[in-house]
Amino acid sequence: MPDAPGLELIRGEIEVDHAGAVLATSFDREQAALIADPTRIVEVLSWLRDQPAHGYRFLSSLHVADYLPAEPRFGVHYELLNRERCERVRVKAMLADPGEEASPEIDSCVELFPTAQFQEREAFDFFGVVFRGNPDLTRILLPDDYVGWPQRRDFPVGGEPVTFTYSERARG
Amino acid sequence: MLSGDLEGDDLERYVEERVVTTKLKDLQNWARSNSIFPLTFGLACCAIEAPISIVTARYDLARFGAEALRASPRQADLIILSGRVSIKMAPVVRRLYDQMLEPKWAISMGACSSSGGMFSNYAVVQGADKFMPIDLHIPGCPPRPEAVLYGFTKLQRKIQGNPDPGWRQRYNAHGTEEWARGGPRSEPSDLELAAYEEARRAVEEPPSAEATRA
Repeated sequence: MPDAPGLELIRGEIEVDHAGAVLATSFDREQAALIADPTRIVEVLSWLRDQPAHGYRFLSSLHVADYLPAEPRFGVHYELLNRERCERVRVKAMLADPGEEASPEIDSCVELFPTAQFQEREAFDFFGVVFRGNPDLTRILLPDDYVGWPQRRDFPVGGEPVTFTYSERARG
Repeated sequence: MLSGDLEGDDLERYVEERVVTTKLKDLQNWARSNSIFPLTFGLACCAIEAPISIVTARYDLARFGAEALRASPRQADLIILSGRVSIKMAPVVRRLYDQMLEPKWAISMGACSSSGGMFSNYAVVQGADKFMPIDLHIPGCPPRPEAVLYGFTKLQRKIQGNPDPGWRQRYNAHGTEEWARGGPRSEPSDLELAAYEEARRAVEEPPSAEATRA
């Protein structure tokens, strides 16, 4: 993981080739993250992958988090790894909440990292984030006919109250 | 022993000590209860306790005649739901249960398959008896193998037609058992028999053309 100055150096180098693609950096609790423009995420990821000086050629994880009630609401996180130097960097793309009807959308990075195929499907499965260009964006863990995006924070938890011995008087 | 060796009371006592009279149905159920073939089937962490631990040398389900785990539901008598049933797995479990041949029994093992357990959420069925009949619930998270064996012996008593009252004792609900309302599960009720007869008649005597048109 680069330190805070190293992160700023990376950002400066990207700025030379792709001006404006990185919106900000975040260095919090020794965790370095580049906050990228979601419409240009593929540029940032391919630059990090293809620059010989950086060479983050391995996508170790792709995941989504729901930051409700913050806005932009959805964060797509890419954990990149350089296996020669054991060096990691995180790229975040924040997606605004498009409302009840529409889905948040971002470009797929399957072309860059084939491993992203399943991980994007999982993120779609649980958060409803649409990855444009993913060849087979269907549900992967939940049943195909499932309705809703269960890992979103405004999704009801579900389940039902169970009567135990200690609560049978109260519940009847 | 030759005929004439014993006479009178001696003969009576000799026969009484050596001959057991019973009903064929009871004998059949006794045989069934002591030769159960469980399905080789695990759902989650409880599978470590149920189909895996209890057949090992320490617990040894073979003492109760159930060591022959069957890998096909067509050959199995007993399915042990060992773990949480997710909504995606529930149709599969139901299908396995439907593929088992009668008479068949189901044990819901552990808190998860009985009530959803700690997984009170969108992904897990809140109790397996929502989609299939369960004969016995074993509490625990997970139950000790001893508890599974204890439950297994209770199932044997149920098969022999002498079930433990269980929760019925606590709630004074005697008489609500399935067998008390019309025979054990392995014997169809009068209603089921009538429906079966009707279905068989329909297959054997296809309705005539006039009846179909009418």
